[in-house]
Amino acid sequence: MEAVLRGIRLVGDRTLRIVERIGATAVFLAVTLMYSGTSLQRFGLVIREVFYAGVQSLIIILVSGLFVGMVLGLQGYETLQNYGSAQSVGVLVALSLARELGPVVSALLFASRAGSAITAEIGLMKATEQLSAMEMMAVNPMARVVAPRFWGGVLSLPLLAMLFSTLGIIGGYLVAVVILGVDSGAFWSQMQAAVDFRHDILNGIIKSLVFGVAVCAIATFEGYEAPPTAEGVSGATTRTVVSSSLAILALDLLLTAFMMKGWD
Amino acid sequence: MTNLVEISQLNFGYGESLVLKGVNLTVPKGSLVAIMGLSGCGKTTLLRLMGGQLQARDGSVRVAGKELNHMNQRELYGMRRQIGMMFQFGALFTDLSVFDNVAFQMREHTNLPENIIHDLTLMKLNAVGLRGVHAMMPSELSGGMARRVAMARATALDPQLILYDEPFTGLDPISMGVIGRLVRRLNDALGATSVLVTHDIQESMRIVDYIYFVSDGVIVAQGTPDEIRQSTWPFVHQFVWGEADGPMPFHYPAPAMRADLGLQEV
Repeated sequence: MEAVLRGIRLVGDRTLRIVERIGATAVFLAVTLMYSGTSLQRFGLVIREVFYAGVQSLIIILVSGLFVGMVLGLQGYETLQNYGSAQSVGVLVALSLARELGPVVSALLFASRAGSAITAEIGLMKATEQLSAMEMMAVNPMARVVAPRFWGGVLSLPLLAMLFSTLGIIGGYLVAVVILGVDSGAFWSQMQAAVDFRHDILNGIIKSLVFGVAVCAIATFEGYEAPPTAEGVSGATTRTVVSSSLAILALDLLLTAFMMKGWD
Repeated sequence: MTNLVEISQLNFGYGESLVLKGVNLTVPKGSLVAIMGLSGCGKTTLLRLMGGQLQARDGSVRVAGKELNHMNQRELYGMRRQIGMMFQFGALFTDLSVFDNVAFQMREHTNLPENIIHDLTLMKLNAVGLRGVHAMMPSELSGGMARRVAMARATALDPQLILYDEPFTGLDPISMGVIGRLVRRLNDALGATSVLVTHDIQESMRIVDYIYFVSDGVIVAQGTPDEIRQSTWPFVHQFVWGEADGPMPFHYPAPAMRADLGLQEV
């Protein structure tokens, strides 16, 4: 009986800690938004972070997009051929990428590549007293360090997701049309007829914006709250990747459910 | 001479334990004062209280006549524009060049045109002898050079009060001498007031006007370097002459040796 109670207590304690952490991240996000004025006035600070978070993630995003699109083309062709619909492979590739894989996979890659880098950078700035030095110079680190990195990431992710999907479609085209011999006209025309801008493209962009907010809020929060030790920063970096990945997948489920219902 | 910093009946602690107990301290305008003591005695905490990075539990911390306790963030940031602080290892911004580090406050707090900021920054770097490294990144500097750049950055806006946290730690004797002379020279040239937290007694005694000794959160001795040198007070004597045992025991409190080794009484 005692062991059962201990188990329940442990589960309750863990749950409370997770809820507390989510709450603290939400408060941190609100404070970041409150101190975003400097970033918006001095947009160069954000552009610099778009370079570090976005441009430097380009290679991994583009290569991954190409491979994911190629695999989709291959799998789609194999499956659709059994039903005599191999010409529709373009639709399958485009819809899978625009609705799901583009926003979700690029957000997961972004969390591992840029999210972890943001956490490590802010965590190390804290450990080496750079944030304290900034405060002593009467400059608020939330406004000067956190907010530009947050907005740089939030702006980068939708662009990266669009590039991911574009490269994926090119990858699908290469496999389905160039290698497997699907008719090029059918590939593009069926895609054009089936993909809707509002329901597919725009919803995909909304998803990647929401994922961007979640990943960047988690990454900046974990970095800012990291204990100022090597172990603390490494733990924070790991937590960023794990928490961001879970948040992306959970938010994807919620957003997809809302989008299928048409937001009403 | 009026005091720029006045601390009275200051208590500070974390949770139940008190780090500083009933501290009284004054720093006259234009002087260079050292706060000394063993590691963990509370001297850096005292410095952070003067910079408003920590809030006293009770007592008063006044800088330039203004009470730092209970200031809101806006007031505190206003006050900090009058304070320059050099951190233990420089705390230079690693993503900015040496030039941008020194120019940082000028760009954040003034509307000076870029050509004026350029000239002022080079003059600040020249004052610490490092105009030639302005294009380098902090990772390319030695420990001593990084601290000199940090000094240039701390004095960028000609502050009234300059706080130095362990500026000599980990430096070779030549760099230590250079930093020591710069601390004195910048203080006098800028007409500033400086507070130096250190445990390097020999270097400090060459440059400072007055010394406070902190032990276990209490000011146990104070005086000019000459008074400190001649002091017969056991703690000061042990500290100045670097004796291994004295009021500060060599052994950290522990149970009896026999008990720890599990030896039986015969």
